[in-house]
Amino acid sequence: MSDLTKTLTRAELIEVYHQMVLIRRFEEKCKELYNARKIGGVYLHLYNGQEATGVGAIKALKPTDHVITAYRDHGIAIAKGADVKRVMAEMFGKRTGVSGGKGGSMHIADVSVRMWGGYAIVGGHLPLAAGIALKSKYNEDGEVVLCFVGDGATNNGYFHEALNLSAVWDLPVVWLIENNLYGMGTPVSVASGQPELHKRAIAYGMKDFGRVDGMDFFAVYEVAQQAVEYARAHGPALVESITYRYEGHGVSDRIYMKRVEEMQRFQQRDPLIVMENKLREMFPDIEPELAKVEPAVAAIIEEAVRFAEESPVPTAEDLTRHVYA
Amino acid sequence: MAEKNIPMREALRAALREEMLRDERVFVMGEEVGAWDGTHKVTRGFLDEFGERRVRDTPISEMAIVGAAVGAAMAGLRPVAEIMTINFAFLAFDALINHAAKVRYMFDGQFKVPMVVRAATGWGNQATATHSHTPEPIFAHFPGMYLGCPSTPADAKGMLKAAIRDDNPVLFTEVIALYPKPGLVPDDPDFVLPIGKGDIKRAGKDVTIVTYGRGVEWSLDAAEILAREGISCEVVDVRWLRPLDLPLIFESFKKTNRCVVVEESLPFYSFGSEIAAQLQEHMFDYMDAPIKRVSAMDVPLPYAKEIELMALPDAHKVVAAVKEII
Repeated sequence: MSDLTKTLTRAELIEVYHQMVLIRRFEEKCKELYNARKIGGVYLHLYNGQEATGVGAIKALKPTDHVITAYRDHGIAIAKGADVKRVMAEMFGKRTGVSGGKGGSMHIADVSVRMWGGYAIVGGHLPLAAGIALKSKYNEDGEVVLCFVGDGATNNGYFHEALNLSAVWDLPVVWLIENNLYGMGTPVSVASGQPELHKRAIAYGMKDFGRVDGMDFFAVYEVAQQAVEYARAHGPALVESITYRYEGHGVSDRIYMKRVEEMQRFQQRDPLIVMENKLREMFPDIEPELAKVEPAVAAIIEEAVRFAEESPVPTAEDLTRHVYA
Repeated sequence: MAEKNIPMREALRAALREEMLRDERVFVMGEEVGAWDGTHKVTRGFLDEFGERRVRDTPISEMAIVGAAVGAAMAGLRPVAEIMTINFAFLAFDALINHAAKVRYMFDGQFKVPMVVRAATGWGNQATATHSHTPEPIFAHFPGMYLGCPSTPADAKGMLKAAIRDDNPVLFTEVIALYPKPGLVPDDPDFVLPIGKGDIKRAGKDVTIVTYGRGVEWSLDAAEILAREGISCEVVDVRWLRPLDLPLIFESFKKTNRCVVVEESLPFYSFGSEIAAQLQEHMFDYMDAPIKRVSAMDVPLPYAKEIELMALPDAHKVVAAVKEII
């Protein structure tokens, strides 16, 4: 562990652990509610297994920094500070949802905490990230954009154009590739001529922060801190986080369950277990604090579901509102 | 206030320059907008005057140009992005339609997207199949983004200023053949023509010709020829394909009861189709003849001048269409 990660206090680390547990239980609840048909639609992309990557990277940001991601976005929105009740209400398609019930699972944004949203065209949000970073560069306000990029997005044109533009304009953006080994059902090794995705940085003359163990909060946090501060001072940075999703690509994915050995290998290094063990190592008397986390999280989830269930649905007026400013 | 007789490209340049002087958040980005002075010279001298921060040359990356403009607009800037020609906007179709036009709605109005994408449009001088599109109707199909296409230098100035000052994404297409054509343009830096407001370019009583962009010139020429034969045409320049000034079209149609639609673009699922549908739906009781359409032929444009021109509309084709329904 480097000096950098020691800058987090015991209370902050408990908060980090709380957030990771919250995301895990939120996603489990979403799956349950989807199967019970309380959450509708055809899309539900869960973040279980990737919590250390999202929470670790976002912890490296200042509150004034920006986050944008693709459609696996619930956990990232919660990590950036979006109201859990309103994220759940969005899952239910309710008027009180962060996106007014118009976005749903794939379009969770809360601009009040500088979470610019989840986007559902693979790679489509990458130039948006560059544009938000351009605002920071233009105004010289010192803000950084953290853009989560799925491994699948590294092979379409948006990736190339957005990363290159960020390099030629020295934009303050961190491209964080969440390599969960599969783009839908296709392994990275089948989809990418160069499966070590961080090496793409070389092609753009961009600072390469290499590969990081995406199941370990501390590992992600440490590299993300370096990348974020590099981006703030110099320009774009690229990080590849090796992580794993415990669920399918979406809820309709049935292939993933065949990958038993691989799943077990990652689950042995589950982000929550890795974090608990590190915390016990650092603070031998922490058990009582850890024990309080699950009940606290359960109460938050319960309240969020109640809020979502009791909230009104959008109206005919909402249907036509905000098409134009 | 004073007026100057200047070509459309200078009117556009004046609009852009005045808006950049007025609002620090307005900047231009695109291929060759800086050192090259703009492919169509609309941004001539901007790099010297405003510097690299506000005049941003980009790589040949249409997806990133439009997408980055969307992000910058969401975050509070007011980008004016240039896509060299509308033919290349197909590469940015996703960024325009799935992002520029939709992000405000799908996040329930949490932010605005005040951006303009300027693109040169229209066929010209044997540019051949992939460089001869006039595809405005395709882009106007989707809610969330406005689309304007001026036909005169004065309209160009007033409409572009309106687009830049508006809080919505606007695709602004500029007919290449009209860039050098002169016209009187007000000097007033606040000369702004409202978005969605069409204009009667010539008053008449026998036939309504609905058109935009390059079609205005052919329609006015046709109206002149027909006037000599005692046929009076009213030329309605919609200026904006979205929002479309239907009240203006309907008002004219109630008077003439006949309509020809003139468009530089293709006939299938077209501007003309939409106008005809709107008229039969809302003006059926006033209709004395079928709606006629004058469009490009339903073929890709070829190189050889003789057959290229054969495929395109002109004033004589407009005259013939009017005579068919009079």
